[in-house]
Amino acid sequence: MKTYGFRLILSTERREEFMTLYDGKVKHTYQVLSIDIDIGIKRRLEAIGLIEQTKVEIVNQKRNGSIIIRVRGTRWAIGKTIAKGITVKEEN
Amino acid sequence: MAERPEHITIAFMGNPNCGKTTLFNAYTGANLKVANWPGVTVERKEGYTNYKTTNLTLVDLPGVYSLTSYTIEERVSRKEVLQGNVDVIVNVVDASSLERNLYLTMQLLELGKPVIVALNMMDIVEERGMEIDLHRLPEMLGDIPVVPVSARKRTGLDVLMHAVVHHYQEVPDEKIVRYSDEIEQKIEQLIDIVKEEYGEDHQILRWHAIKLLEEDETVVNDHPIEVGHIVDRSYENEIINQKYEYIEGVVEECLFNRDAKVAFTEKIDQWLTHPFWGLPIFLGIIALVFFFTFTVGDFLKGYFEVGLDWFSATVTSLLQFVSASDWLISLIVDGIIAGVGGILTFLPNIFILFLALAFLEDSGYMARVAYVMDGVMGKVGLSGKAFLPMVLGFGCTVPAVMATRALEHESDRKRTILLTPFMSCSARLPIYVLFADMFFGKYAMLVSYSLYIIGIVVAILIALVVSKVTKAKEQGILMIELPEYKVPNARTVRIYVWEKVKDYLTKAGTTIFIASILLWFVLNFNMSGMVSDVADSFGAVLGHWMVPVLSVAGLGMWQIGLALICGISAKEVVVSSFSVLFGITNINSAVGMTQLSQVLGASGFTSLNAYALMVFCLLYTPCIATIATIKRETRSWKWTIGMVVFQLIFAWAAAAAVFQIGSLIM
Repeated sequence: MKTYGFRLILSTERREEFMTLYDGKVKHTYQVLSIDIDIGIKRRLEAIGLIEQTKVEIVNQKRNGSIIIRVRGTRWAIGKTIAKGITVKEEN
Repeated sequence: MAERPEHITIAFMGNPNCGKTTLFNAYTGANLKVANWPGVTVERKEGYTNYKTTNLTLVDLPGVYSLTSYTIEERVSRKEVLQGNVDVIVNVVDASSLERNLYLTMQLLELGKPVIVALNMMDIVEERGMEIDLHRLPEMLGDIPVVPVSARKRTGLDVLMHAVVHHYQEVPDEKIVRYSDEIEQKIEQLIDIVKEEYGEDHQILRWHAIKLLEEDETVVNDHPIEVGHIVDRSYENEIINQKYEYIEGVVEECLFNRDAKVAFTEKIDQWLTHPFWGLPIFLGIIALVFFFTFTVGDFLKGYFEVGLDWFSATVTSLLQFVSASDWLISLIVDGIIAGVGGILTFLPNIFILFLALAFLEDSGYMARVAYVMDGVMGKVGLSGKAFLPMVLGFGCTVPAVMATRALEHESDRKRTILLTPFMSCSARLPIYVLFADMFFGKYAMLVSYSLYIIGIVVAILIALVVSKVTKAKEQGILMIELPEYKVPNARTVRIYVWEKVKDYLTKAGTTIFIASILLWFVLNFNMSGMVSDVADSFGAVLGHWMVPVLSVAGLGMWQIGLALICGISAKEVVVSSFSVLFGITNINSAVGMTQLSQVLGASGFTSLNAYALMVFCLLYTPCIATIATIKRETRSWKWTIGMVVFQLIFAWAAAAAVFQIGSLIM
């Protein structure tokens, strides 16, 4: 049992470490840690103010992985690849 | 007071969907299309107006979120401002979404050009119970003029132009945003280097320095100077962050009661973008659009028909009264009135269709469609955004093809252009209405629906095949702003619908008019002059050529072949050609339809042939205007001609399949 518990802790730590917006939950707010995608898309995200440290709320989620987020007071629909490229941590 | 200048050039800049074009229309009296989704304007447009004695040239630019040089629109806008002869920038700001809009403002302020802020959508701000401190806001933006306007309600327009005329030479303080000491120091150093290299008067030193720090591609390439010791890495993130920090301060101080009414949009979106229900709801909305188009349109149509009958009879008796020759009566009544008039009776259907589309576009729903369709489109290797041109294609293929400019990748664009002609445009509507009514009675609407669905399915299947062949993968890079929902604006809807109705009338008066005369001519003449029997005419000879090929598809009548050729000028011409070919004055009326179905029926033309004909019309080569647009947008004759040939063969094969399989079953 003890080992099991130990593993569980490890796995949550891991998840926290590698969490992206894609893994996020609706109505939760996250803070961007890093953005690793195609430079062109990264620039477009920068233009709308989505950069490191920005707070992002997930408003809606689709089965294909696209999500609706709220960034700086504006709603955006973004595709799966973009969501997966944005590493975040949960805001408390 | 300074003397009024004679001429000023003003560039309208702002985020997508902030109301630049609405404002532009309000000043210039132009009727450029506006709607409530980002990316409606894809071209630079120029217009003229004057304020008192000053002549003003207005430039409407596509919306941008920033002034970097990474997207086409951004490069176009930036070049216009930096190199064009723009005197003053009117920065249109959506006051209901201040935080994001001010980011562009902060960048414009660093450009060293006079900037005037037009604070648009103040009506929405008030509706939502938010308040903006109009005294403090300009102070925090370096004392540039900030003029509240409502482009939709046309308030504040004179005040804005007054501000332009009086402040068009006032360059704002470039140092409104003070960056961290580290960055400011580097900016100072860079300014010195640039000054040394390019001279004291090299424009906007600070902006160039900032761009060098951000490692902006264009600026770095234009300034091949050694700055590696200062720009040891890109400082872009810090610069963006610090701009936003400043904006947060502005918003904190100037905006009150925000988030008061966002709940409304959120509530609607719970359903319209629902992970499961979103798609069925979208399909339901589209079905409803066409339900109205057919039912309400058909209801109104009756009045048009009575009018046309009366008009045609009056003109005939009038011509007989002045003893006009028979050929002239024939040309006017059988050629022009039958062809053009027949098309005009479909105007009510067209009107309702565009009214419904205007509501869809102006409500804010269109951007959601991109999200809802992202899954389906992903399966064929496209983003949900590619579906927007396809929805526009229900109206007209020409603007739909243009709208593909909003797509990021050239290959996605070309693939989307390939699909849009398969969406049944309004010109194909008369064909469906006529033949479905004539041959399918109470199932007419169902039959018309089926054609719309076949169009969509074919488009998606072709996209699937193309994506398999070219190995295009779903990239999952959809990115589109979802604007707040709003009640469609009466003026916007009126302009939208009127422009489309005007196009339709113009087409009836030009293309269809000329096509009808030409068709009358080829039907009444041959090499030896006027003929008494149409079977001897040019037209019959031409049509007969096509009979062997078309008979496979159940369309083996020379008249049909001829009508289909004529239909390439505009798809409505297929219908007007039937009027002229079979000498029916009022094709869309009960009498006209009975006449036509009798003539056709006598040659063994049944409902199956009619369906094959409709399928052919749905799929075959789009009209000349579309072909020209595709050529212009793809800049490739090879692609354009390939597409035309492909569609022709595909339409024939599909119609043949319908007819052959149908014949086996029935």
